[in-house]
Amino acid sequence: MLNNIVGLLAAAPSLNSYESIETFTVGSGGQSSIIFSTIPSTYKHLQIRGIMRSATASTDDDPLFRFNGDTGSNYVRHQIFGTGSTAGASAATSQTSIQGQGAGNTAPANVFGANIVDILDYTNTNKYKTVRTLAGTDQNGYGYMVMRSGLWLNTSAINSITIITGSGSNFLQYSSFALYGIKG
Amino acid sequence: MPSTYDKIEAKTLGSAQASVSFTSIPSTYTDLVLIVEGIATSGGTSALALQFNGDTSSAYSGTRLSGNGSTASSDRYPATTVMGGGLITSSVRFNNIINIQNYSNTTTYKTALFRANVSDALVRTSVNMWINTSAINRADLLAVGTTFATGSTFTLYGIKAA
Repeated sequence: MLNNIVGLLAAAPSLNSYESIETFTVGSGGQSSIIFSTIPSTYKHLQIRGIMRSATASTDDDPLFRFNGDTGSNYVRHQIFGTGSTAGASAATSQTSIQGQGAGNTAPANVFGANIVDILDYTNTNKYKTVRTLAGTDQNGYGYMVMRSGLWLNTSAINSITIITGSGSNFLQYSSFALYGIKG
Repeated sequence: MPSTYDKIEAKTLGSAQASVSFTSIPSTYTDLVLIVEGIATSGGTSALALQFNGDTSSAYSGTRLSGNGSTASSDRYPATTVMGGGLITSSVRFNNIINIQNYSNTTTYKTALFRANVSDALVRTSVNMWINTSAINRADLLAVGTTFATGSTFTLYGIKAA
């Protein structure tokens, strides 16, 4: 009986298993990329939480996520999305990044897109790495909500993550991305 | 590294209520996560809504993506008096996970990502905005057109970035 109780306690989720690793908040000059360059291998999963707005002259722009500096066509995506009037789904192979969702600089002032990106079993060297993204931007009359899955076709442990914008423009001030580690 | 995902407050209803409030949210975290699990006292699928800082003006907007078991759809609600991304029903137990990003800054409008589930009717995800740059210090959850039943639970967590 005692062993059973101890086992249940051990299996219970602990909030102490979720730790902040590093955070970047963009300053007044803007920033072309954000790099988490020294990711420890001591966690089971990673989560990135952030908001973003870029300098591009568009309502939308996307944060793009690359692992270990890999700029090759080694990423795969599936998505289901809502535009506020239409729901759709699509897929793409041979991509150069994993995709989030954000706002461009013709969005109303103070509007940012929100992203939560889960990177699962990131240190396992026996399998490709899978990612899920919950992201969207609402702009009071315009919006885009998306759930994405992503695959990095590489078995390497992830030790760095680079975030750039899909447009190539800078991240604007107050854009912020925080990296967390979740213990197994 | 220090723990960074803390429970701020949890409530379990001892009687049916039309709304549940978290009235003294500290500003010391980066993001908030609200988890709501329960059942309504009456009615079919309806909205679980949210307001911040007691703001009842038309300062909320959202874009929703929904699936009802046969069809996917998307809609939006600009300039509305509540943040309406959540779901509630009396037919089965529902749950909502609400992520409120960068809630304590005073420079951006506040964005919340919802995941809402009513297992016999509808699954929904949405991006929702409070058109206000104030730091969020209060959150009111509203059962639209019904009440939260006894035993419904409401838990608020804070996530602190390094």
